[in-house]
This record gives sequence, C-alpha cells and structure tokens, in this order.
Amino acid sequence: MTADTPTLDVRDLKTHFFTKAGVAKAVDGVSFTVGKGEVVGLVGESGSGKSVTGFSIIGLVDPPGRVVSGEVRFKGQNLLDLDADGMRKLRGDRIAMIFQDPMMTLNPVLRVDTQMVETIRAHDKSVSKADALARARDALGQVGIPAPDERLRSYPHQFSGGMRQRVAIAIALLNKPDLIIADEPTTALDVTIQGQILYEAQKLCRETGTSMIWITHDLAVVAGLADKICVMYGGRVVEQGGIDDVLDHPVHPYTRGLLGSVPGHNTRGQRLYQIPGMAPSLLNLPQGCAFQARCPRADDACSAEPQITEPVAGREIRCFHPHLDADEEIGA
Amino acid sequence: MSETMLTIDDLTKNFVKKLDLAGRLAQKLGSDIREEVVHAVDGVSFSIAKGGVVGLVGESGCGKSTLGRMIAGILPPTSGRIVYKDVALTDMNIAEAKRAALEIQMIFQDPFASLNPRMRVVDIIGEAPVAHGFCKASEIHEYVSDVMQRVGLDPEYRRRYPHQFSGGQRQRIGIARALAVKPEFLVCDEAIAALDVSIQAQVINLFMDLREDLDLTYLFISHDLSVVEHISDRVVIMYLGRIVEIADTDALFEKPNHPYTSALLNEVPRVDQRGLDYKPIEGEIPSPLDPPGGCHFHPRCPHATDRCKAERPVLREIAPSRWSACHLNDGT
Amino acid sequence: MSEVVEQAAPVAVETPLQRFVSDFCDNKIAVVAFVVLVSVIFIALFAPWISPTDPYDLAKVSILDSRLEPGTKNMDGGTFWLGTDSAGRDLLSSIFYGLRISLGVGVMSGVIALCIGSAIGLMAAYYGGKIDTLIMRIVDIQLSFPAILVALILISVLGKGVDKVIIALVLVQWAYYARTVRGSALVERNKEYIEAATCLALGNNRIVFRHLLPNCLPPLIVVGTVQTAHAISLEATLSFLGVGLPITEPSLGLLIANGFEVMLSGLYWVSFFPGIALLITIVSINLVGDQLRDVLNPRLQK
Repeated sequence: MTADTPTLDVRDLKTHFFTKAGVAKAVDGVSFTVGKGEVVGLVGESGSGKSVTGFSIIGLVDPPGRVVSGEVRFKGQNLLDLDADGMRKLRGDRIAMIFQDPMMTLNPVLRVDTQMVETIRAHDKSVSKADALARARDALGQVGIPAPDERLRSYPHQFSGGMRQRVAIAIALLNKPDLIIADEPTTALDVTIQGQILYEAQKLCRETGTSMIWITHDLAVVAGLADKICVMYGGRVVEQGGIDDVLDHPVHPYTRGLLGSVPGHNTRGQRLYQIPGMAPSLLNLPQGCAFQARCPRADDACSAEPQITEPVAGREIRCFHPHLDADEEIGA
Repeated sequence: MSETMLTIDDLTKNFVKKLDLAGRLAQKLGSDIREEVVHAVDGVSFSIAKGGVVGLVGESGCGKSTLGRMIAGILPPTSGRIVYKDVALTDMNIAEAKRAALEIQMIFQDPFASLNPRMRVVDIIGEAPVAHGFCKASEIHEYVSDVMQRVGLDPEYRRRYPHQFSGGQRQRIGIARALAVKPEFLVCDEAIAALDVSIQAQVINLFMDLREDLDLTYLFISHDLSVVEHISDRVVIMYLGRIVEIADTDALFEKPNHPYTSALLNEVPRVDQRGLDYKPIEGEIPSPLDPPGGCHFHPRCPHATDRCKAERPVLREIAPSRWSACHLNDGT
Repeated sequence: MSEVVEQAAPVAVETPLQRFVSDFCDNKIAVVAFVVLVSVIFIALFAPWISPTDPYDLAKVSILDSRLEPGTKNMDGGTFWLGTDSAGRDLLSSIFYGLRISLGVGVMSGVIALCIGSAIGLMAAYYGGKIDTLIMRIVDIQLSFPAILVALILISVLGKGVDKVIIALVLVQWAYYARTVRGSALVERNKEYIEAATCLALGNNRIVFRHLLPNCLPPLIVVGTVQTAHAISLEATLSFLGVGLPITEPSLGLLIANGFEVMLSGLYWVSFFPGIALLITIVSINLVGDQLRDVLNPRLQK
C-alpha cells in the first residue's frame, strides 16, 4: 500500500436482491474512490441504491440481497474477499457506520458507558476498563456533549434525538476509524440540531483525517460538507466529480433536473423545474439508461448501456447526451 | 387590501396528563408528583389574508402541528378563538360550523398513514362529497375522476388501493380528497416532507397551480425554510409554543429580527453555500414539559439579558407588517 | 389544470385479498392445516349424510356390538372402522357427530363473544377516559381468573344445557376480544386517516365502523381462530368433567369421558380416537391461526 492508495476504492460494485417478484438490481455497477480525509457525498432519491451501497461496503447486506460482483478495496485490501470474521474485525474498528435512526446503534437496555466500553474492548482486549472509560469520555467530549461523566451513566432513552445521534457518532469514533459511512444521519433531526451535527462532523474530518461517505438525499447538506459528490440514480452513479464543479456546472440531465427542483431564494414565486414521471422500480429497470423515460434529451441511443465517460477532467458520467454547454439553462 | 380569511386570537392548547387514582393517593401522602401540563400552543395570535400563503415554521416541540390541527378542527382549543370569515367558530350554529369545517381542509404529512388502507381510492376521495351532498352516490365515479385529473392522477386507477401507489401519488390522493369537498382554506402540515426532491417539486407546483385555479388560501406548515421561502407570502416563526416573529417573506429572509430566526436562517444549508464554517447555536431544544421561564429562547440566545430570563416578551409590531417578540427591540 | 403525471408501468391490479392468499400459501404446513381444517368442517356440517351409521338411532344400535375392536365387521356387512363403544355405537360415526357439536358450540360461542367483545373494545378505545378505564379493569379482572374456573362457576350458577354452556363460553371469551380490539383501535385511532375523516366532518358512527373497525380486523381474525380452538378445548374439558353438554348432545369431550372407564382394561380406542379427532381439529386451527397472524402482521409486510 503506497501513500497514494485511496482509503476506499469501489470498483463496479453490484448488489442484487433476489425476491419472489424478481431480481431488484439495487446497486448496478457503482465505482468511486474516497481519499484520506476526504468527504464524499453520495446523493440520490429513494430507490437510487445509495443506502444499499453503504451497506454493501460495510458488509451488512441481508438476504435476499447479496453482493454479486465488483471490488471494494479498503486501503488496498478487497473487503469482499474477507470472511465474516475478518469483516467483523474491521467493522467498528477501521470502518464505522452511523445510521439514520440512532436507536439502530444504541441498545436501549444498556447504559452508554457499557456500550462504549464494549465497543472498545471488542476490538482490543488489552485495553483496561479504566482506559476504555477515559476514551469514551473523550469521545463524548469530542462530539460536544456537555457533562460527559453524567451522560456516560445514562441510558439512551434519557437523551433527546439529537443527543442520541451524537452518542452514536461518538461510538463510531471510539476506535479512530479510517472511514465512516453516514447514512442519512441528520434527516430526522431539527435544523438547529442538524447544524450542530454537521459542525461536529466537519471538525472531525479536519482534525483527525478520517474519510467520510455521507449518504443523503439533501443536496444542500452535501454542498456545505463534501469535497466530492456522486449522484446516484437507478442503482448507478450517473455523475461524480468535485462538489463545486458538479453543483455549479451539472452535466447529467438528472443532476440538472434535481438542482432545478430545489426550491429556495432564487426560485421564489416561480414554477419549479419538475422532472416528469417517477423513479423506476428496481425490479423493472428499463433496458439501457435508467433515466431515459424521464429525460428531455432521451432518444434511441439511450437504449444501450451508458458507459462511464470523462467528458471533463475529474468528472465521470454515464450519459449519451450530457449538457456540455455550460451556458444552458437548467430545465432546457 | 385583501380581506382577512382567518384570524387566530390568543389561541392556547394544553395537554394535561391527569393523575389517576394511584397518583392522587400518592399526592395526598406527600409525594411531589404533579399533573403534567404541556403548553403545546401558548397564546398565539395572527391572521391570514384571503388568497395568501402563510408559512408556519418551527422545529420539534414548537406547536405548529398542534396549531394546524386546531385550525382544521381536529383538536379542540383549550382557550382562545379562531375567527373564520369574520365569525368565531364557537359562535357558529351547527350548519355554519359544518360548512366552515368543510371549507377548512388539511393535507397530512405521511402519505402512508393518511389514507385508509382498506378503502379504494374512489371511496377515499368520494366518501365525504357523497355524505355531505356534493354529489349523488350514483355520480361518484365522474365526480372523483374530475378531481383526480385536477391533481394530476389518471382516473383509470381509481379502483385501486393506496398500497399500489407511490408516495407522491398517495399525497396527490390526499390532496384530491381535500379538494373534493370544495375547500377554500388548506392547512398543509409538512405535506411534502416525506417526499423525494423531484416529487416535492411536482407537488409544490401543484399547490401553486391550485392556488391560482381555485383561489385557495394556504397555511403551509413546514420545517424546511427553503420551501417556505419559495412558496409563502408571509412567514410565522414559532418556538416552543409561542410566536417569535411574523414578517413578509422577503423582509424576513433578508433581515431577520429575532435571534432565533437569525440562527435558524444561518444554519439552513443551501446548495450555493460551499465549504461552510458552521457556527451552530448551542444547546438542545428544551422539552415542552419544562420550558425555560421568561423568554423560552434565553438559554440558547447569544444576546440574553436578565430581563429575558424573567419576563415573557410580548409580540409587538416593530415595523409595518413586522412583528417580533424580543426584549432587545424595546430599545428602539 | 395540472398536467397529468406520467404513470410508471402499472402494478398488476391486485386486491388485498389476492395478496393475502398468495402470502398465506407461502407456508406449506399452514396450507395443509387449512385443508385438514376444511375437511373437519365439512365432516361436521355433513355428518348426518356421510356418517356410516347413525349412532343415536336406538333401533340400529345393539348392545351385542359393544366394545368391538377397530376393523370388526358388523352385521350389515359394513365395518366398524374405529370400533364401537360400550353401548355398541360405531365410533367413527360418533366422532363425526361429536365434531359437529364440538365445532358448533365452539364456533357459535366464539362468534358471539367476538361481536360483543369487539363492540365493547371499540367503545373503550374510541371514547377513552373513564369508560375505557372501567371496561379495562373489568377485562383485567376477568382475565386474571383461569378460564376453566370461571366456566365451572358459571355452569354451576346457570345450570346444564347447550345454551348455558354457550353462554358460559361467551362470558369467558369476550374479554380477550375486547382487549385485542381495544389495543388495535387505540393504535389506529391516532393515525392520520382517522384525523382526515374527522377533518372531513364525517359522523362518529361512520368513523368507528367504516374506518376504524375494518383496520382492527387483522388481529381480531387471528385471535378469533385461536380463541375458537380454545373454546372447543374448554368445552371438551367441561364435558369430560361431566358438567358440559348433556349426554343427548355428545361432544368429543363426552366421548372421551365415556371411554375412560374402559381404557385401562385395554379398550383404548373408545377414548383414543375421539381424542385424536380433537387434537387434529385444535392443531389445524392453531396452525392456520399462526400463519394468519404472520401474514396479517403489517410489520412483517413490505
């Protein structure tokens, strides 16, 4: 492993769900990299496959789903080659995950200190209980929880929603992982609490050099936080690149449509651009480009599988008709 | 100057958890168990002009949903008056009250829980019009088809059940159900919060079209400031059951007055703001069971004074059409 | 006028019933149990017609035929497939008639208890407050006594007879239904579609019966099947103890009791086969009920 090896290198990942009603291709050829200390925003709507991508990376895909092909190289090592035990050693230690509902991380019948000490000692039995408690206290302080000693002795139900999410983040941080996967962690939180969590997350990445994958449907959150963005649709990454590049000059029709749909100061009083139709069912994806049914630029060429191209340096897309003319209005 | 459609006058809603027999016994024996009172809505007053869209914004525990439900007639107020078209609801006779109840309709947040899963769409939309005499039972299909087309649904599918539709379509069914009784005032309680961004745009456009076509007035309850900025004429900000600021949308977003409004606007992520340095406000949102004394916001306010801790600020008109509840305005 | 939104390829028009049937058939054991149950019900309904003999036709029954082993041929050339009891009655026919009575009493008491219990539970949930508290305390008291004890007390008060037994079974069972429906209704009552119905100024009765009740049915159906099995076994117990149905209406319990005297002298079949019949009935009802519970549980659905 050289200094240039990215922390995470996902190559052509495919995760399919084999259900009674057919095969749902939740993730169908996703590739991206996450460098050291980099924050990558994985953006998409429901059914785009973003959450399943996160679960696939950390190895938490349950039957009837399974990873069908591809590589997930974590610091050079392919995680898909590891057995359950090998993956378990990494999970919680080198790779951590934060969920939308903090109660997916927190056990309601155990005190917070018990859970945190358990997390530390599960990966390193040589740590004494006292040391583990000290690390737990530090982690709580790191995420901005006041009076950590008292909080350590509390149960999860004694915290508010925002606090619980912070505890979940603290647990994720305990073993100083190299990569954190955050799946919609602030979606269910109030704006002011979301602001606090985003602040902690940003501080974290800057101070410790932890890489982060931030999965969300909220473009605005990603805009403030991420260095790189991957836009997903129908199980594939349709556009990825630097955050400023993609948000200021979107190239894929879906990205442009999505940005045009966001209400705000500039759209006041006008009709929003609306992407017609609905997202396709993952059981019934069309032949070729998943977006063609709703794309204003679609034609016969789109029935072929769009491959990844790099029309502009640093920008990868899957599209036969990208908007390369930078002056085109969104929605045209 | 358009006429006033709806006026709320000192409206209050308390939720009291009474002591049962065991509790009263304990109290007599000297325990300090008390009745728990939640002041969900605490003396709220404002008015809505005909044809206007008023955005009601706040975080959890602010009482906006409770307020919406009182206006829509689902929850009875504890005290205060709701004046609809110049007549207080409590002063109306049965026939007038029923007409008012039908003219004020509500669109709910959860597209899954807001439709009766065991009824076909035609019945969901058509039940109330038939029950109230808007159309004859034999004409229900034509009537419902008409309403469905107006909200952008294909009447072909009216014999289906809600589970066969997507989230966005179910929300449209909910809107059709409200429109079927020919309302004049719609309370939208986080009506788009559960939808994907691209579907949100469709529904927002639908609301705007309906406003024009049917001359509707809206109370748009949301925690999403970007949507509120896009669609509203006036904005009301609530915090822990009280109004803290009312202003025209442009004025509010350009120059917020109340410290809470400033903090809120500051922390809302926007797509055009990159690499933000968050400076979130400290503290948790207090529990409505035990709100801070004086001004509810003082523990988190960077400008709090002693007066703020003791005295509840009055909502005063600090400029034409601008109201704010903050002691700091008293100097001007 | 808003433009009509394009629909994606339409989902096959599948009614909730079709979906329910296909989910139910996922569990093969439950399907087998269902078939068995249907056969049992068929036998019970058509006993007088499909029974080889009429065991209560005193002209046909002869004491000379008593205590014959299973498989013995009788005088008319037919076979006593399961043997005969002490009075010479063909056991197979007795079981058919017995099923009829057991099932009849069990189902009837179940249905009546369901109607009464559901109405009470719905009222408690919808109106809340003191009514709810009062009803639920009564339910709690009722449910804290063992069912058999309550039944015995009631029978001793009411006397013997088919109708008294049914009344006793209803009084024992209504509380389960009331509690189940109340729990379900409390959850549903807070859902937004009920709020919408209130917003649309629909009357209370309409909301309770048209909106609330249909959505409380799933747990009710499950409780109904399990409780029916319980009622059948309770009735069998009472009859076995001699305080249930009169001997003119011999249910399976009574048949088992009759055979008890002769069991230890080697004539096992007089008690054994009615016992098996009872077992098959109750197990098949419970298996169907289990699968119903899994299928109708909204949390397990997609």
